Amino acid sequence: MKHSLKWAGAAWLTLLLCMPAAADDLLMARANRMFPEAMTLLQSAISSRGYTVTRLQQVNENLQRREFQSDMYRVVYFGKLEEVRRATARNPDLIPFLPLNITIFAEGDQSILVASHPQMLQEFFPDPELKALFERWEKDMVEIMDEVREEK
Amino acid sequence: MLTHLVLAATLLAGLGMSSAMAGSDGAKLYGRHCAACHGANGDGGIGIPLSLRSFQAGASDDYLSKTIRHGRPGRVMPAFSKLDESEIKAIVRHVRSWNKGASATYTGQHVKGDPVHGKKLFAQYCAACHGADGEGGKGTGVTYSRPRDLPIMAPALHNPGFLAAAPDAMIKATLMHGREGTPMKSFLKQGLKEKDIDDIVSYVREFEKQPLSGSARVLKVENPVIVRDSPYDLETTVENAKRAVSNNNFFYGRVQTLEYGLTAPADENPKQVIVYFCNISLLNQALAIDPRVGMFLPCRITILETNGKVQVMSVNPNVLSRLFNNSELNRLCDEMTKSYTAIVEEATL
Ligand code: HEC
Ligand code: HEC
Repeated sequence: MKHSLKWAGAAWLTLLLCMPAAADDLLMARANRMFPEAMTLLQSAISSRGYTVTRLQQVNENLQRREFQSDMYRVVYFGKLEEVRRATARNPDLIPFLPLNITIFAEGDQSILVASHPQMLQEFFPDPELKALFERWEKDMVEIMDEVREEK
Repeated sequence: MLTHLVLAATLLAGLGMSSAMAGSDGAKLYGRHCAACHGANGDGGIGIPLSLRSFQAGASDDYLSKTIRHGRPGRVMPAFSKLDESEIKAIVRHVRSWNKGASATYTGQHVKGDPVHGKKLFAQYCAACHGADGEGGKGTGVTYSRPRDLPIMAPALHNPGFLAAAPDAMIKATLMHGREGTPMKSFLKQGLKEKDIDDIVSYVREFEKQPLSGSARVLKVENPVIVRDSPYDLETTVENAKRAVSNNNFFYGRVQTLEYGLTAPADENPKQVIVYFCNISLLNQALAIDPRVGMFLPCRITILETNGKVQVMSVNPNVLSRLFNNSELNRLCDEMTKSYTAIVEEATL
């Protein structure tokens, strides 16, 4: 009995260790500003790094059209033509993950931003040719988040 | 003597400076990794309020750093596997800067009790909030999905992250004293005896030997994209996809190329086409579970032609469960994976 308990304990530990790391797989920011202001800042942080904003998905409007309540909610899509071309020519499976995007929504008089780590793409598509690109997207994305979070 | 003093002064100044730097680092790291959920000042939001005096009094530094390291699998709180020891220390120090009083330390000694009796007491006194199996309250406290004046959600206890971080002595102290200012009350004051509390602690510890709770499970993905080859040309496949979308209870939104908005319409690559679609009620359900999922909506499938070969593909929605570390999304992810696969297959049939 005692032996089997010990074994179960060990099995549990192994399970814990093998579990896919529920790693910090999202970039998030809480900005201490109202939604419209945070939205403006976000767009300028994106464009100042040379990206073009391609689309602002209006999520709350779509919900409200069906009479679902929602705070202000947008998904901002952005990219650089040359990079998108190069990456998807190299690996078309990347298309479903592009353009890059950041979700932004109101939380009371603050705003929350969410994005997935571009670095994660490296894990899905371990191509040395694309590594530097994913890393730069990651760096830009972290900086954009920092800028909206920390701008005084 | 003098040199000793100077040396000591320099050392002290150096120490002061490095800890001040670590302090600001801690604040910055906290801002980056924790504030989005726990609030800029630890006053709560998506997660549990960390600045609360009763929480600070009951949590040890070791508990904090282990919680950051392991997270709470399946329960939104991420495992920060990429932070190194010194960064975690800096964050713990920052969290501690809200502490007015002394903080606790615990020994790793096991609390002896009767888990069989503990199980009965758990069902009677704890299950209503923490779930019959200790799986935690529903909703993980994501404020956006519910009125903001609701009390704090009960965390999962049958969770490898919690069990790895909290020693028996801490669980016991939490039950003895409760957490003032939260729904978690002192069970001594509720009339339980210390012996009963020991029994409950030994039952909670036994969760470690039970199979992983459903609430701690996130979906595995073998392949991040669902892909099928199409026997049709690009245009026909796009039309098929639109039809498949409606057949699967989504409404068709629009068709755009991947490069839409990046260049003049005439220069867009016409061989990379995205079909956007949505199901507002599904979207509403998903947002109610986790307000962050909007980043994967609207739903979209890609149709592309390379060297005359046409393919249909989509992100595998099961990626979301792990990305958001939210087991409450599992059912929805599963459903979405089925619908997406059906759409992709119908479009290429
Ligand atoms: C009325 C609802 C409620 C009941 C009943 C309740 N709890 Fe809690 N419990 C909570 C909440 C809410 C928290 C989070 C408190 C906080 O924000 O710090 C909590 C926290 C805890 C914690 C700390 C876990 C962590 O991650 O911080 C433990 C351990 C715990 N409860 C065990 C129990 C046990 C065992 C019982 C039964 C004897 C019990 N609770 C009964 C609501 C409840
Ligand atoms: C994505 C949201 C999110 C992020 C980011 C996050 N947490 Fe959490 N945290 C939670 C949730 C949700 C819980 C409660 C889990 C449950 O309900 O089972 C929690 C629980 C905790 C607990 C246990 C509290 C208790 O009552 O025992 C601690 C400590 C904690 N988080 C610290 C941190 C720190 C420090 C960071 C940054 C390094 C962080 N968290 C980042 C959501 C988050």
